[in-house]
Amino acid sequence: MAATATGIYHRSYRSELALRHTQAEYARLTLAAAVVVAVPFVATPYWQTVANQIGIAVVGAIGLNILTGYTGQISLGQGGFLAVGAYTSAILVERLGAPTLVGVVAAILMTAAVGAFFGLPALRLKGLYLAIATLASQFIILYAVRNWEFVTGGVQALVVGTPTLFGFELNTDFRWYWVILACAAAATVAGTNLFRTGLGRAFMAIRDQDIAAEAVGVNTVTYKVLAFAVSSGFVGLAGALTAHWTTIVTWERFTLDVSILYLAMIIVGGLGSVSGSIYGAVFMIVVPAWITQVAQDLRGQLSFLARELPAIQLGVFGLIIILFLIFEPRGLARIWHRMKDYVRLWPFRY
Amino acid sequence: MTTFVQLTVTGLANGAILALAALGFALIYKATGVINFAQGAFLLVGAYTIFAAVGFGLHWSLAVAVAVVIAVLLGMLIERLVLRPMIGESPVAVIMVTIGLASVLQGIVQVFFGTRPQRMPVFIPTGGAQLAGATVPTERLFAIVLAAVVLGAFSLFFTRSRHGIAMRAVADDQQAALTMGISVRRVFAMAWALAAVSAVLGGLLVANITGVSGEVAGFGLIVFPVVILGGLDSIPGTMVGGAIIGLLVQYTAGYLDGALSQVVPYIVLVLILMVRPYGLFGEVRIERV
Repeated sequence: MAATATGIYHRSYRSELALRHTQAEYARLTLAAAVVVAVPFVATPYWQTVANQIGIAVVGAIGLNILTGYTGQISLGQGGFLAVGAYTSAILVERLGAPTLVGVVAAILMTAAVGAFFGLPALRLKGLYLAIATLASQFIILYAVRNWEFVTGGVQALVVGTPTLFGFELNTDFRWYWVILACAAAATVAGTNLFRTGLGRAFMAIRDQDIAAEAVGVNTVTYKVLAFAVSSGFVGLAGALTAHWTTIVTWERFTLDVSILYLAMIIVGGLGSVSGSIYGAVFMIVVPAWITQVAQDLRGQLSFLARELPAIQLGVFGLIIILFLIFEPRGLARIWHRMKDYVRLWPFRY
Repeated sequence: MTTFVQLTVTGLANGAILALAALGFALIYKATGVINFAQGAFLLVGAYTIFAAVGFGLHWSLAVAVAVVIAVLLGMLIERLVLRPMIGESPVAVIMVTIGLASVLQGIVQVFFGTRPQRMPVFIPTGGAQLAGATVPTERLFAIVLAAVVLGAFSLFFTRSRHGIAMRAVADDQQAALTMGISVRRVFAMAWALAAVSAVLGGLLVANITGVSGEVAGFGLIVFPVVILGGLDSIPGTMVGGAIIGLLVQYTAGYLDGALSQVVPYIVLVLILMVRPYGLFGEVRIERV
């Protein structure tokens, strides 16, 4: 494309349907891929763990964004759904001796089913009522996990063995990185393509105007339940990955704070944007990790900082959410978009 | 029988505190249409300001007065800086901004006071009173009385004072209220200030029972079943809802199972949402989809 081109023009349906249109996009994608591949070779063990957390968060955040960002159904039950995924896989593999892959697939299906069930209130409720209903599902699921002892082990931690894949025992963060990366990439591709299908378009129609969606033939009942199921499937995968990667499953990993963290990710990243989910997951995991690192480094000079670390993390977390919502409600994805536009149109403003 | 009386009094006392916390919540929802997830953090801030003021050697009545003043300022500040820019945004965004607010407030409190639970200075009469053969702690009775007084005062405020009537007018129809010369901005600020004040008293009562710690904020979450049961925008609803939820939790804990009692409010919440989403006394204005 010539440097003076002022826009992207499609001359065939094929080019319009393509996921990427310009050479610059391919170049950026290649660059991003190179960085992602290079990360485990240059990162310190601490940052390698962080990278794995990010990968899992990407899968979960894409799942939540399908529901909240694309379908417009807020969910505060993310932590509970992650727990369903983690426990399903862990119990199948540990107690019943199923292969890990079967456990993970079962976790995805099980979480999708549970998500669809807890999505039923969405058929009658909108907005804040739905937020409160899903808040209740979060508490009810965690209650079940804590008290259904003969299945989940109750408040005791459930220990899972390290799985083997292609003859490699997945016992280091470095090996896990590639597995998690593959899952995150698959989730990204699936998420992006979902919104090029009728199913994804139906979700967006419900978000934009549910009555209008119904009028043009979208069955809102079916599609709302489907949105919960599809979204929870992603979340179930994230939960199962957490279980096998950390090898310890406890209910404390899946509290309301986790639900809020995931909501924060998609808000900071950008509601209704798959790439936004990725930016948000990276941002919300890297910033606390970085603050921890800085506090560790400054422990000598400023002992106050290290001591008050959890409080500072909490405050900064809240502040990030508030500032993003007030100044850039469409998140990092929108900021990135504006930066690209600025470069592309320079020296003109628009 | 004695167990029953004991459970009833404890349940009613908890219900009274819940009603106080829920009052602030309902005030904000009624006047501004915002779901305030930071109500628990307000309780926390209220409890800690009283704790700190008494720590500085103030008499308890002065400490409460100081906390009320700080709460008013804080409420108005939050409304102006955080909620005003969010007017007209989607419910998801507004809910998240209050969640962020809760984190910030909790973080600030933690930086200043740490996480170690502290004892609330004693100025509410302690001891036991005989009631139908059971010994009930006096502070629980005190909580019931105080909550009744505060809720009564708020009811009077809404029916008798000009400001209260202005608030109800705004809740009913903002445009019409504007044409009658009511400043909607001032009413919004007042709603947040009053919610913070009711949270100071709620926080005082919670902290008196559980001690001053981060736990106080957790009380803010059981507010949801209370307000949904009573009706999101109803002041009498908060009292009835608070009493029902408080009693239900205590009876479940006493007769069935302690763990179950923590989740029972949320089961009630889901059932109510399924059957009667506007609650017992709420205005029937829910959008059906």
